[in-house]
Amino acid sequence: MVSILERYGVMRGETKDAMLTTPYPIQRFKKETHDTFTLELLSSNGDDGFGFKPGQFNMLYMYGIGEVPISISGDPKEAGRIVHTIRAYGSVTSRMMSLRKGDMVGVRGPFGNHWPIDNLTQRDILLVAGGIGIAPLRPVIYHILSNREKYGKVLLLYGERTPGDLIYEDQIEQWRGRFDLEVDVTVDSAREGWRGNVGVVTILMPRIHLDPANTFAMICGPEIMMYYTLEELEKKGLKDDQIFLSMERNMKCGIGFCGHCQLGPTFICKDGPVFPFSKIKHLFRKREM
Amino acid sequence: MENAEKILKRHPFFEGLDSELLKIIASCASEVRYRAGQMIYEEGDEANQALLILSGKVAIEIFAAQRGPLVIQTLDYGDVLGWSWLFPPFRRRFFAKAIEPTTAIALDGKLLREKAEENPRLGYELLKRFSRIVVERLQATRLQLLDVYGKHS
Repeated sequence: MVSILERYGVMRGETKDAMLTTPYPIQRFKKETHDTFTLELLSSNGDDGFGFKPGQFNMLYMYGIGEVPISISGDPKEAGRIVHTIRAYGSVTSRMMSLRKGDMVGVRGPFGNHWPIDNLTQRDILLVAGGIGIAPLRPVIYHILSNREKYGKVLLLYGERTPGDLIYEDQIEQWRGRFDLEVDVTVDSAREGWRGNVGVVTILMPRIHLDPANTFAMICGPEIMMYYTLEELEKKGLKDDQIFLSMERNMKCGIGFCGHCQLGPTFICKDGPVFPFSKIKHLFRKREM
Repeated sequence: MENAEKILKRHPFFEGLDSELLKIIASCASEVRYRAGQMIYEEGDEANQALLILSGKVAIEIFAAQRGPLVIQTLDYGDVLGWSWLFPPFRRRFFAKAIEPTTAIALDGKLLREKAEENPRLGYELLKRFSRIVVERLQATRLQLLDVYGKHS
């Protein structure tokens, strides 16, 4: 078994220390909504590659403020750009909203495992995103669209709070226009004039048609939203090992040392954040965890 | 209009219902169409109908002073609009507006209630199916109240 230190090459001196932050300048700051923004980072020390797999995350450090785990939301093909879409929920992410082009952000990563997208060729793929959960799923969509012929039917269901909270709106409109991607969006509430769906994301489920024998689902969002989504997927005939979830806990070190993100016997940062539902079913929605 | 019984049989709401009961329900059915933007009913109206949506989209709205009309749910094919016809005082609780051209099967609530009184099996089937919708909407409403995507969820 390979130890974490070996995995990062720390003991062999091959790669940088997993706990060492590397500064990256912000190449682009894009405000997505009133509380959500996207940072595009470029390597400051000339390395031209930042490979990651869809579903992985980085620890982003804002100098003097703190460090937060943020999923990578860019295109895995574009190794030179590190893209993060961030919702300002806490003190660090709220302060990050004041960052601008040229400011520096510290990066450690990428950490964690990834969506099993390479193993699902020829399969139908259902992606269900709730809120900022669309960000860790976007690299999956990029990957699928770059290799579209390798996958079967692909559906994206996205639920948000209000129309004003929808992120990647232009991109979602483009995806909607494609014949090889089914996209449906709903919001929890809306003002008069909104012509889209209103209701929680699970209301979209009865409207879709899945082949339960050939469909794999990937879900990312608040746990309670994933819980109700799982119920709907069960009604559709999907088995636990056909469903993958991205879990979230308070990740600190990113490599399973500190224990902040422990969920039962697993560490979300190291063993996850992506889990087949069959592996964590016994831990999911347990009040004590 | 195509035979109402056939349409009802295909509608997800009546999935698995036997033809004897479908025939009774079909005798209370008629097709209705609404233009985009047309109000279907208003809060406080007498509730005499359930609508089984065949195509289009309907918004259920609530009016809040200071905030204006708020859409709390949208319904489309396969959904059922309205259960107030089944429970006293038989009044609409919300506004319903077609936001796309909408076609639906309207079930006459008064007539259905009478038939359900005469035929307990029909009554039980209707209650089971409408109760399921009530429960699903209650669960969805609880999730909306939780504001799961909000800052403090």
